Amino acid sequence: MHYDVIIIGCGVVGAACAYALSGYQLRLGILEASNDVANGTTKANSAIVHGGYDPLPGTKMARLNVVGNAMFPELCRRLDVPFQKIGSLVVSLSEEDDAVLEELLRQGKENRVPGLRILSAEEARSMEPNLSSEVRGALYAPSAGIVNPWELCLAMAETAVKNGAELHLSAPVTAVERCEAGYLLRTPKGDFTARYVLNCAGVTSDRVANLVGDHSFHIHPNKGEYFLLDKAEGTRVGRVIFQCPTKVGKGVLVAPTVHGNLLVGPNAAPTCPGDTANSADGLAFVRASAQRAVPGINFRENIRNFAGVRANSDRDDFIIEESRVAPGFIHLAGIRSPGLTAAPAIGIEALELLKKAGLSLQKKAEFVDSRRRIRFHELSDEEKNELIRQDPRWGRVICRCETVTEGEIVAALHCPIPPVSVNGVKRRVGAGMGRCQGGFCGPRVQEILARELGLDPTQIPMDWEGTWVLCGETKGGAKA
Amino acid sequence: MKELICITCPKGCHLKVDEETFAVTGNGCPRGAVYGANELRNPVRVVTSTVIVEGPARRLPVKTDRAIPKGKMFEVMEEIAKIRVQAPVAVGQILIPHVAGTEGNVVATKALAAQ
Amino acid sequence: MTKHDLVVIGGGPAGLAAALSAWNAGIRDILILERDKEAGGILNQCIHNGFGLHHFKEELTGPEYAGRYIALVKQTGVEIRTDTMVLELDENRILHTVSPKHGYETFQAGAVVLAMGCRERTRGAISIPGARCSGIFTAGAAQRFMNMEGYMVGKRVVILGSGDIGLIMARRMTLEGAKVLACVELMPYSGGLNRNIVQCLHDFDIPLYLSHTVTDIRGKDRLEQVVVSKVDDKRRPIPGTEMVFDCDTLLLSVGLLPENELSRQAGIAIDPRTNGPVVWENRETSIPGVFACGNVLHVHDLVDYVSAESEQAGQAAAAFLLGARPEGSEIRLVNGFDVGYTVPQHIHRGLDSVEIFFRVRNVRKDTAIRVMDGENQIARFKREHMAPGEMETIKLPKVLLDRIQGDTLTIEIEEAAK
Repeated sequence: MHYDVIIIGCGVVGAACAYALSGYQLRLGILEASNDVANGTTKANSAIVHGGYDPLPGTKMARLNVVGNAMFPELCRRLDVPFQKIGSLVVSLSEEDDAVLEELLRQGKENRVPGLRILSAEEARSMEPNLSSEVRGALYAPSAGIVNPWELCLAMAETAVKNGAELHLSAPVTAVERCEAGYLLRTPKGDFTARYVLNCAGVTSDRVANLVGDHSFHIHPNKGEYFLLDKAEGTRVGRVIFQCPTKVGKGVLVAPTVHGNLLVGPNAAPTCPGDTANSADGLAFVRASAQRAVPGINFRENIRNFAGVRANSDRDDFIIEESRVAPGFIHLAGIRSPGLTAAPAIGIEALELLKKAGLSLQKKAEFVDSRRRIRFHELSDEEKNELIRQDPRWGRVICRCETVTEGEIVAALHCPIPPVSVNGVKRRVGAGMGRCQGGFCGPRVQEILARELGLDPTQIPMDWEGTWVLCGETKGGAKA
Repeated sequence: MKELICITCPKGCHLKVDEETFAVTGNGCPRGAVYGANELRNPVRVVTSTVIVEGPARRLPVKTDRAIPKGKMFEVMEEIAKIRVQAPVAVGQILIPHVAGTEGNVVATKALAAQ
Repeated sequence: MTKHDLVVIGGGPAGLAAALSAWNAGIRDILILERDKEAGGILNQCIHNGFGLHHFKEELTGPEYAGRYIALVKQTGVEIRTDTMVLELDENRILHTVSPKHGYETFQAGAVVLAMGCRERTRGAISIPGARCSGIFTAGAAQRFMNMEGYMVGKRVVILGSGDIGLIMARRMTLEGAKVLACVELMPYSGGLNRNIVQCLHDFDIPLYLSHTVTDIRGKDRLEQVVVSKVDDKRRPIPGTEMVFDCDTLLLSVGLLPENELSRQAGIAIDPRTNGPVVWENRETSIPGVFACGNVLHVHDLVDYVSAESEQAGQAAAAFLLGARPEGSEIRLVNGFDVGYTVPQHIHRGLDSVEIFFRVRNVRKDTAIRVMDGENQIARFKREHMAPGEMETIKLPKVLLDRIQGDTLTIEIEEAAK
């Protein structure tokens, strides 16, 4: 299979590139190692659209953060992705922190972050009554927000697929060779050739670079652990609450999610790709740190812990460049925080790099730049009834915690990138995301998936390949 | 004296059973005395399980209609695994008479309506 | 909007019993709303026996117990609407529902009985560290897969928590050919019934590790190992006591939580100790005409007690609809020494009798329950054995209730003489 451009990796960066490229007349292929898009760093992070005062002025991180941030409202409206511009506060808890706030303000102004200002302790607490009495002041960034990161990735990838991009799942690139057509990429799903390659392989992007003999950077995967609390805690804060950044990162934040839960985390610890285990120490640290800023958080309402792996690198900035040893092989690597915020801008950046590398880009006449997803619980009574009249499955609630109906699940199974796992369904429609964590709906989702995909329930994994749920039938099976 | 916890009902009385006379103390009801003595002489259990249903309902719950010797539990399970039932089935309907050579029958514990 | 005299939310044992008793008390317009495809609730997947000894005076399995109640209800004019989810309830007893057959509907109920049951606590609720691999199930979810759908969830199993569902699943999985390696309990005593320890663990030589917990979960894709550690008297893991089990499945039986999202939404007062509504002796909640019974009110050990409680709620709902209201000033029940909670939380003065359900916080032998009116002991009940896993009940007759002078009544456990 030959493409003009192949994107390796369909996390939010790969999806943003695919989305940007799918508006042009070219053959576009996407190779994703996992059995679903958004299945790495994209599904396990703070889900924050950052203001942009953190990165050092003059860096790609600073520029793409601020440009990316400005793209979110319109992008999320067009692609129907939950996004709320709720603003953020960086709180000061000491005299040293006060100085950090001033420095962040100065940096933010230089980065052209709109609306930044420093609040007094009183102002901060009147905005956020649950802040600690130790809070001395805060840096307010009204342009910050929260987003559903995996839905953003899915929406951009789906739009690319609707516009002709070809997505190959479970297709990790195992070898790259040069050939007349450009590059030959070998995967368990077959060989693919392309004139240009975008390396968006996240925590494994250095390994992909190594495959073309490029050893110019190294990824140092870094793990962050989180608590996700019940909606009962979802209004504990109304904005993203940061503490002052340290050398290792932006520190532990407390934020509402677009689903109405409360997210608390992360810590930061070196790790290896794929290590998403939680540790008792890590979680204890997150908990204690968060309580310094927001002491009242009720951790008894925790419904899930998770960990994400950031693609930190040995460089101080995003690595967005054409390989020096492999022409037409472009790295979009080391995309750590604020990578999610920057992603839409990185997609545009990829276009520019491809142009510079010689790709001629012609706009498509009939680019479908929109997406709609029906969220049953958001509909009016009349709309609900109309849907149920058309298809009674819209009236059958499968996930009672999040009010997700069978209709939504079936619709997701027929969207441009259908899920193949229980968690794939969860990421698309929210079934199993609630307080019972799939205890009630898991077996039913398994059954619906099997039915719609024409598979046996034992073939449906929890998430990525190998995460089997059922090992067989009782009584040695009904097939006798 | 052997100390036992009565499993006849969820109360879980703490029984003391004389190993020679099988006399029971600590029981809250007469059934406890019977249980205590039997548990030393010949322990028995009710086995509950499911059988395969041919049709859209996948499994039908079943039980032995009386307690069967404890040592026969796995043998009973093997017998239960062999059968297939079809609707209709009534509650209490005997699906395997004298299962595994015991006096117990495997009976349906739920009705399965005709298609 | 459709009107009904009584709407019962939930068609499990609690809802069925409440509807039946309201019918028997003369109410003729009763609707049960059940979210599942059939009535019977969780009993449908509880295929083991041990139900009904109190209520039906014989030992039944879960489906048999449910079947008997469904048959009784079917003899009445009570309507059971299955596949119907209640999305919202408000303080005026208006319910919003959705179902494939009837679409989105609203109902005005003269009285409401809440009987939504409970859900299981999950891995997240207790923050078990470790890998995010597959193979970790709540015991009830595994039970549904096995007993209803007919699938095995694994071959080598460790069970965390010695609650009844976990114990029952230990036996069930063993009988189906899985190897259950251990049952691990954080507390120094089991949370399940004694009979289940005997017939689910002892019968199959499954070790029960008391004062132990799971401290790590390992596995890249599917679960490969769990690490179990001993805990100290503050329930903190003791380093150096780790045991590693090679297994593919971890079942969690770490407690049940009443499902009160609808109740909270309606503004019903919730008792943080039970996680269920605060109720009067007739199971009326803080909203007049809204009653609660079964596991939505507090987690029961025995379905027989659920039925009894629900009959009371059904009768009270009927009385409410017929205009009979309990009179008498409020007497608040106070949890005294070692009492975790009481149901009801308050009673009316001048009742003929009242039954009080509660749980103790610790395992106790040869002690007594005391009922105190201030400094005045008005009753004392001897107990040989009490445990948090076993709900306690005491019955106060009129002669004792009439002695109460104050506004509170304290239920306490007598401290053992040292």
